[in-house]
Amino acid sequence: MEALQQKARTLLQSGAVKVVIGYTAGSDAERARALFVRNGEQTQQLIWDDRCRQNLAAYLIKPEVRALGKPALVARTATLRTLLQYAVENQLADEAVLALAVADGQVVELPNFAAIEEYLAKQPRGLTPEQQQELAKMEALPLEERWAFWSAELQRCVKCYACRAACPLCYCDRCIVEVNQPQWIPVASDPLGNLEWNVVRAMHLAGRCVDCGSCADACPEKIRLDLLNRVAAQEVLTHFGAEPGYSTRKDYALAAYKPDDKEEFIR
Amino acid sequence: MAEFEPKVIAFVCNWCTYAGADLTGTSRIKYAPNVRMVRLPCTGRIDFMLLLQAFGHGADGVIVSGCHPGDCHYTAGNFHARRRWMVFRRLLDFMGVDLRRVIFSWVSAAEGAKWAELVNTVVADVRKLGPYEAFPKRLAGQLKTVEVA
Repeated sequence: MEALQQKARTLLQSGAVKVVIGYTAGSDAERARALFVRNGEQTQQLIWDDRCRQNLAAYLIKPEVRALGKPALVARTATLRTLLQYAVENQLADEAVLALAVADGQVVELPNFAAIEEYLAKQPRGLTPEQQQELAKMEALPLEERWAFWSAELQRCVKCYACRAACPLCYCDRCIVEVNQPQWIPVASDPLGNLEWNVVRAMHLAGRCVDCGSCADACPEKIRLDLLNRVAAQEVLTHFGAEPGYSTRKDYALAAYKPDDKEEFIR
Repeated sequence: MAEFEPKVIAFVCNWCTYAGADLTGTSRIKYAPNVRMVRLPCTGRIDFMLLLQAFGHGADGVIVSGCHPGDCHYTAGNFHARRRWMVFRRLLDFMGVDLRRVIFSWVSAAEGAKWAELVNTVVADVRKLGPYEAFPKRLAGQLKTVEVA
């Protein structure tokens, strides 16, 4: 934590960056919130611990944040993957952000995409054994029980779209839920609309999601949105061999194809 | 009580399956009248939202059909569609949607007989499964019609 504060101070004082986007204590003991540090004194408020889960990359592409000048960004692994995915989607220029990865009390400066790629190559990849088990357990349930589980989950959705706001990759100016001619997805919370919204969200993130979990963290009803994203990501990895956020190669799996993609289900 | 008559919506591409279904008709092949066809330019145009909307509006089964791989009028529309369906099916299955009611097929413009057989099979299967009551329905009043001036 001291190393991070020190680094932030040096960066701001030298003028290398104009703002450091990091975490500070939130409204209660369990939560951290984002902090935009613009002068040396504020750096003391920066924290780094297990509460720092929010994917801060989501702020980078907002016009009001861009107006602040060059940012340094306190980044977890998923945040770094987001930066590379932004590069793939032409949302972020190389060297436009200085990523600060914190590991073992050390702060690693990652000034460009190549450095991030190199850093990520050394990090563990894929789902943890617990996450894998959770998915397998879910998939082993009979159809009716899976339906019952998700009906109960999605019934709680209030369409606040906090999942969308928290997601760094849900950045369309015009989202399908705001289209009302015709109204694809009802505004009110209803069983069909809730199902549609959550399927759309997962589908639009398939092949792009970097599994930061910010959607599920942001959900006031604690709906397991991360499970939907992981299942789609698994399909994309298994069948198309794509794992987004590990390189700047433009290879969005759902905008590409192979003539011999597996198709056992098509009659 | 009258026997349950399933409603099946078919989303088909203009160039192959729709022409194939035309051939079924001109060949005077009789098939189940339970299918309602929606013609779209290409399978690549068939948004997965359309499938959910069909079920939401009371369909008991959905057929999605287009050109065989390599035959797409737009070169690669069906290849892209295929990838999307793979992810979509996995996601729906994970959420407990009954995939026996969502049928994908390639029917070319020359396969009139295949189309008739496909529809008959699907209608018979869905008839056995019964109405899809578990799927949430669009509520009355939410069905918004747009008047075009």
